[in-house]
Amino acid sequence: MVQAIRDAHAVMMERDESVVVFGEDVGYFGGVFRCTQGLQQRFGENRCFDTPITESGIVGAAVGMAAYGLRPCVEIQFADYMYPAYDQIVSEAARLRYRSAGDFTAPLTIRMPVGGGIFGGQTHSQSPEALFTHVAGLTTVMPSNPYDAKGLLISAIEDDDPVIFLEPKRLYNGPFDGRHDTGLMPWSRHELSDVPEGYYHVPLGSAAIRRPGSDVTVIAYGTMVHVALAAVHDTGVDAEVIDLRTLIPLDLTTIIDSVSKTGRCIVVHEATLTSGFGAELTALVQQHAFYHLAAPIERVTGYDTPYPHSHEWSYFPGPERIAKALIRVMQA
Amino acid sequence: MARAKSRDEEGVSGSSVSPRLTMPGPAFRPGDRPDFSEVDTFAPGACRRPQVNEPAESMSELATGLVRVLDDEGRASGPWDPHLDAPTLRAGLRAMMLTREFDRQMMIDQRQSKASFYMQCTGEEAIACAFHSALRPGDMNFPTYRQQGLLVAAGYPLELMMSQVYSNETDPLRGRQMPVFYSAREYGFFSISGNLATQFVQGVGWAMACALRGESSIAASWIGDGATSETDFFSALVMASTYRAPVILNVVNNQWAISTSESVARGLAPTFAARGRGFGIASLRVDGNDYLAVHGAAAWAAERARTNGGPTLIEWVTYRAAAHSSSDDPSGYRPGDEAAAWPFGDPIERLTRHLLRTGGANEADVEALREEVVRDVRAAQVEAQSHGTLKQGPAPSPREIFEDVFKEMPESLASQEREAGY
Repeated sequence: MVQAIRDAHAVMMERDESVVVFGEDVGYFGGVFRCTQGLQQRFGENRCFDTPITESGIVGAAVGMAAYGLRPCVEIQFADYMYPAYDQIVSEAARLRYRSAGDFTAPLTIRMPVGGGIFGGQTHSQSPEALFTHVAGLTTVMPSNPYDAKGLLISAIEDDDPVIFLEPKRLYNGPFDGRHDTGLMPWSRHELSDVPEGYYHVPLGSAAIRRPGSDVTVIAYGTMVHVALAAVHDTGVDAEVIDLRTLIPLDLTTIIDSVSKTGRCIVVHEATLTSGFGAELTALVQQHAFYHLAAPIERVTGYDTPYPHSHEWSYFPGPERIAKALIRVMQA
Repeated sequence: MARAKSRDEEGVSGSSVSPRLTMPGPAFRPGDRPDFSEVDTFAPGACRRPQVNEPAESMSELATGLVRVLDDEGRASGPWDPHLDAPTLRAGLRAMMLTREFDRQMMIDQRQSKASFYMQCTGEEAIACAFHSALRPGDMNFPTYRQQGLLVAAGYPLELMMSQVYSNETDPLRGRQMPVFYSAREYGFFSISGNLATQFVQGVGWAMACALRGESSIAASWIGDGATSETDFFSALVMASTYRAPVILNVVNNQWAISTSESVARGLAPTFAARGRGFGIASLRVDGNDYLAVHGAAAWAAERARTNGGPTLIEWVTYRAAAHSSSDDPSGYRPGDEAAAWPFGDPIERLTRHLLRTGGANEADVEALREEVVRDVRAAQVEAQSHGTLKQGPAPSPREIFEDVFKEMPESLASQEREAGY
């Protein structure tokens, strides 16, 4: 998936000279996760460069550049480091078109790795997507595989408004299904690792059904798509697994069509439970599919605690927890 | 600037050397007699004018000096005198007078409930107006809410400014923004946020974009003394310093952040300009009530930026003569006659004195200007009010609530708009 993200950058930098890429360790070294490797060598220092460690400076400058007419695609090294930039994201990038009535806009992409699974403790594991989905004016994206990562990142860079692009870091090197004690499966053995060369895009606001099924709908995104599929496999429940791909705008039609068919619904995310994006999904499903529901909607999520370092795998909402929820919902 | 009192000055008790905090405050509070006789006002000519390409470290003394051109009698002298001709100076005087008259009228209109809020820049007109005259078309300001003079000096239609203040049907911002939070790309005026300091680093980003594109346009960021303590102030200095961005970083030190003295944000630093020195940024401290000094310093910094000399931090020393906003009453925190005691006078009076002294204008010219700006503001007001005021007459459609959140309205928002039924 790292290669797909790198490729998306290169495709857009080639197509559009207003695309500039910067962030901490992003230039010469190519990023701590190597997602921008080779871009500076290929496109030069004026197109891809290192920044000082100042998230508010990175995003603040990107807002100014985007208003000018460039298309900055910046990296925040870990989503956990995003908070100094939050004012620039929420008060500035997200509102610039609105408050200036279109006089200025902010077509920028802010990439950041999210999620746990690398023993990163509370400062390298967070999933702050709900802090973005709650903000009017932001598009929030989280791919689950290399094909989507490239196609969605291209759409994000092409979008004329700010896009938060969340990359599940546990997926960088393989389709992690939550079984942390088995060997890492490389992307090369996954069907969605076949990434076409050159330009293509995956539209923002379009979910994908990863496994069709008739008995229960599982809504997930990012890493949890693979974990949910593993749980479905383990239980043998005929579940339909939806990969949201973009949280805002939300593909509500796919969700409601599915739940109307299955009559049951589980929402899965790695982020903490309370006021998480799952709460929004749950509210929408009950509003639009209440009379189809045969069981209460369940949420399987991270617990309402900071991400605990050595307890990582006791905390992570793995396939066993999802399996239990699947069985509960089917028995209801 | 005005020497601030701090508890440090109240004497160390006995031989105790244990740490204790400094609690800075203003030199004077209500009931005190403001006395600025201790303030070093620096004579015009006291500060040298370096070549625009000199390295920043060779001019560090300018961060604690004070660039001035006009003395108290209206005489211009020293190396920073931009030698502007009389028509240019009369245009500058007119822009300042127009800004002040505009502010005066809008405050009245706010008191008459034609607007929810207003902010004057009384006493600070020279900074924005003279600064504008040193820029070129294509340059971009990232202003605070007290640089309306940039728009006025740029010739932005007064009736559109008023419509924004009234949030009426011709409000360019369609009722979405509080009064005075203008946006005017074509006039080099970036959308005002209201969250302090955010624009300071955005201006650096704009300047970086200009340089990346190989253009000679520059950006100018603006901030007040109080907001220099925000993180984004330092982010801006770091980014400007790292990339040597073609940006002018303007700190308007008007002595007051609502009720809080400038000394609270400044702390142990001698001046705000001195903040730039640690970043290797050329840093000037300038008499902001001196139209000629403002133009001279702004032109110097603009040329430095345009010729790859990098950023300049300029502290404009001035005094906020009016309240912070229409919601503020300064009598609760500072002496009522402090503005009158301010040793750098009033910018309009000072430029007028200079014009009269040099023959650039006579009393009749000045009086004609006064009448002209009142007429202009009145005409603009009639025009703007024909399109409504905050609570009366035509207004933007409430459908504007839902537009421009995104370029394309998502279905989730479209359904909310349908539900609202506007």
